Amino acid sequence: MSKIHIPTPLRQYVGKQSMVEIEAGTVAEAMNGLLMQHPELRRHLYTEEGKLRAFVNLYVNDEDIRYLQKEETAVKEGDNISIVPSIAGGAA
Amino acid sequence: MATTTEIPVTLNKDEILRYSRHLIMPEVGMEGQQKLKAARVLCIGTGGLGSPLALYLAAAGVGTLGLVDFDVVDYTNLQRQIIHSTADVGRKKLDSAADKLTAINPFLNLRTFDTRLSSENALELFRDFDIIADGTDNFPTRYLVNDACVLTGKPNVYGSIFRFEGQASVFATEDGPCYRCLYPEPPPPGLVPSCAEGGVLGILPGLVGVMQATEVIKLILGVGDPLIGRLLLIDALGMKFRELKLRKNPECPVCGSHPTVTKLIDYNQFCGIRGEEKPVGNGVPEIQVEELKRRLDAKEDLFVLDVREPHEYQICNLGGHLIPLNDLPKRVNELDSSREIVVHCKMGGRSAKAVAFLQQSGFTKVHNLAGGITAWSDRVDPKVPKY
Repeated sequence: MSKIHIPTPLRQYVGKQSMVEIEAGTVAEAMNGLLMQHPELRRHLYTEEGKLRAFVNLYVNDEDIRYLQKEETAVKEGDNISIVPSIAGGAA
Repeated sequence: MATTTEIPVTLNKDEILRYSRHLIMPEVGMEGQQKLKAARVLCIGTGGLGSPLALYLAAAGVGTLGLVDFDVVDYTNLQRQIIHSTADVGRKKLDSAADKLTAINPFLNLRTFDTRLSSENALELFRDFDIIADGTDNFPTRYLVNDACVLTGKPNVYGSIFRFEGQASVFATEDGPCYRCLYPEPPPPGLVPSCAEGGVLGILPGLVGVMQATEVIKLILGVGDPLIGRLLLIDALGMKFRELKLRKNPECPVCGSHPTVTKLIDYNQFCGIRGEEKPVGNGVPEIQVEELKRRLDAKEDLFVLDVREPHEYQICNLGGHLIPLNDLPKRVNELDSSREIVVHCKMGGRSAKAVAFLQQSGFTKVHNLAGGITAWSDRVDPKVPKY
């Protein structure tokens, strides 16, 4: 199982969970598995063309998948996948 | 490393006493304290992040501190913006902050800029400083700060918060990545809630702002490992800190090898915001709070639907039927489309979305309560608390 870490702004779409465990061989498989369970999450992460949105990054452990094999990056037992969207808060 | 001034800086007897706990540490020492005194740091915003940031930098002996803010202290700021006190409500944040900072350290050279940071003034403002600390609260200003830092070659000490989660990094150093390497584009408006909508744990900006202050001081002293090329994720609820690697993107539109952004742009437009960022009605039918009050008093058959979250309902309510906006699609069968429905939330933004959804679902007699329960408190019943 791989762990997918869900950031605060998106937890409302995954039943308030902070982490979801998924059996998968690649990042794409893991994300598909997550979206099958929580279809509402899709539009927050992907464009209508199915492209990962530009303000969302996916990491396997501490590496950005854009610098690995993108969504084809392999994941193994115990790997941590992180969804890291941009947040802007600070002053108001 | 970041200081550019050539004038030799010396400490007087009072300063030596004040900074003694720094001076006896080899990592700072007299040389480091002189670097701090020679340094010029610009803090964008004196809010949640800017409060601890400015307080600690002033206390630590940063010689020149610039503050950019245009806002006025509000009662709801006090839960986290610790540079401001209750007596400051209604004062300019700059005046309030200046009082506290000069009280902490009279040796501070404080420069205040009573303005909203913009594409017109950013490069000029940044020119006189060595390091920029970003304590803003919105995407347009974050991209503006980043791009202006890249264009002027100043490090951008970054912190950002949401609810109980924070991010911190140091962007736009000579060889390091910038904010756009991490996020080339901002989210479209409405997809990511702001702190005003989503809330923020009061201590979190303290935690993240102090991390920013730490990074600023390390950059000035040239010691330790700054957060260059690393994104620190802070989860205050789990009290977990994780670190992700950031790389300089060779195709980055602003700091890449063939930049397409070579001057400051219109960041509101870039972030998809036209005009002021106010709760918009989306063109759905609206009802004013006075009219709702009159019609309820006249015992007209109106169904009041509250689309806020249960914890908000506990703070105050109008006795409406509660279905949080996100639950509306699966609970729409609880509503009777033959009745006239008035939908409200806190300010009118979420309820406008709910009205649009209900219209698409075949409801014809739905109205959005303009200004939400906040307007009700302002204009109908001041006993209803605002939050």
